[in-house]
Amino acid sequence: MAALLPPLHRARYDVLAAGYDAALRERRRGTLRAVAAMVALTLLSGWVTGADPARLVRHFPAFLSYFDRILTLDSGARVWTDPGEWFWGLRRWLGLLGDTLLIAYAGTLLGAAAGFLCSFATAANLVPNPLLRGAVKRGLEFCRTVPDIVFALIFVIAFGLGPMPGVLAIAIHTAGALGKQLSEVVENVDPKPIEGLAATGAAWPALVRFAVVPQVLPNFASYALLRFEINVRQASVMGFVGAGGIGQDLIEAIRKFYYADVSAILCLLILTVMAIDLVTERMRHRLIGGEP
Amino acid sequence: MPHPAPPRQRLGAMALADLPGLTTRHPAQFRAMPPGRLAGLIATAAALGLLVFALWRLEFSPARLLGGIGALGRFLVLMLPPDPGSWTRAGLILHGLAETVAIAFLGTLMAAILALPLALLGARNTTVNRLVQFLARRFLDGVRGIDALIWALIWISVVGLGPFAGVLAIMTSDVGTFGKMFSEAIEATDRRAAEGITAAGGSRLQRIRFGVLPEVLPVLAGQALYLFESNTRSSTIIGIVGAGGIGLYLSEMIRTLEWQSVSFIILLILMTVALIDFLSSKLRAAIASGG
Repeated sequence: MAALLPPLHRARYDVLAAGYDAALRERRRGTLRAVAAMVALTLLSGWVTGADPARLVRHFPAFLSYFDRILTLDSGARVWTDPGEWFWGLRRWLGLLGDTLLIAYAGTLLGAAAGFLCSFATAANLVPNPLLRGAVKRGLEFCRTVPDIVFALIFVIAFGLGPMPGVLAIAIHTAGALGKQLSEVVENVDPKPIEGLAATGAAWPALVRFAVVPQVLPNFASYALLRFEINVRQASVMGFVGAGGIGQDLIEAIRKFYYADVSAILCLLILTVMAIDLVTERMRHRLIGGEP
Repeated sequence: MPHPAPPRQRLGAMALADLPGLTTRHPAQFRAMPPGRLAGLIATAAALGLLVFALWRLEFSPARLLGGIGALGRFLVLMLPPDPGSWTRAGLILHGLAETVAIAFLGTLMAAILALPLALLGARNTTVNRLVQFLARRFLDGVRGIDALIWALIWISVVGLGPFAGVLAIMTSDVGTFGKMFSEAIEATDRRAAEGITAAGGSRLQRIRFGVLPEVLPVLAGQALYLFESNTRSSTIIGIVGAGGIGLYLSEMIRTLEWQSVSFIILLILMTVALIDFLSSKLRAAIASGG
């Protein structure tokens, strides 16, 4: 095939080649500029944080030996040689783990309910009033941006120690995060059922209930399940600030160097998170149907 | 709005006038309990039952709730106006904020660099063999299952208190997230480019370098920027356990009930996060359009 092509005129070839080289040079220069900016930013943040590669190299053996230590029992044996001794506090930990899951569950459900209601108030196709929409949107943004553990810190002082501030903190953060995702779903619904309902003279609540909710419910449930997954992780650290769950025991074990306990609790946590991930993934696939 | 008001109302009135006719013509639509409704009701009841059990088990009480809300209201009044208290404290807080952003940047960057080889091992089309892929995936899952705050505690016991532990904590917890996101992006690449390299006699590494990386790098850069945004949020809190950044001052101010400083810090965090979101969405758009 190539032999049949007419040979390129020499001058034309030179022009094209020069153009190609110039374009390539321009791209290389762009890449170099980006790399230089990255390096400058890296050095700057390294200076601000006092990150010191030498320190990391010096301490890295300590990091590895940390895992060695948490996998060793007080008797000096490896943890898996004596599971009974390793998981000596299994009953207590399982109870706390159950509490952690309940905190995540209650927080997700309450937050999802609030986010669900707010999402209708922020959708442009349901609420024409931009002032109301903007106000609800800003509120959700606030709930989303302030980390849940900060809410927990404040709530622990307001409500007292225990799982209750943890649930409320997770609920508020969840409302903010889900409210935004859900309002995008609501804005993208098929407008025809809404018009149909409006044509029958339905009031606003009936319109939302019968034209919008059936369309968005599977997506809502799927997002809420995803959030539940995230919230299980968040609930596991709520105990760090005194807001219930297994975090309290974990931070104590880490701070007081009960090495074997650290690995036991971490194992339980990782297994729980993995199990929850698997289950919710199954459920989400079933909810959304067909889609992988 | 889809329709002007008058015809809509008239249609409604017409439908209502014809209600008996409608009921006889469409009996299925007017049944009190449509099939499938029962299953939904049972699921809802179970979910609510579990919620009630959870609230009982977690010691919720209306009295505590009301008391707490009252206290929150008082705190809110005390928070206004936001005020750092003194110039020295404002300086400390701003330094903490700079540390926070730097922790997020450095942690994200290091995590992205570390995660790339792991992601290549964990992706179906670039891995060495099934066993390596399985192990890489499970390793990433395990790392991801541990929250950044827990990693921060572990790194503090290794390198001591301070922002460096924070950088390492963000890095470790993100390696898992990045690894999963990256390997999914790599699996979603077009196979034809890689096949072309193989057909031209390229080795496995050449296939990855010329067949896979050029296609995924912009996607990965977008994901890294996105995670940088979310890491600015996470790195505001790792200071709570002593790993540097603004979280240290925030938790200190909350515990000493300096509410005006608390609201000042929260306001600063909100503004910083908004600014970084804005910059990174600009950058992501530029990357996506092939700039």
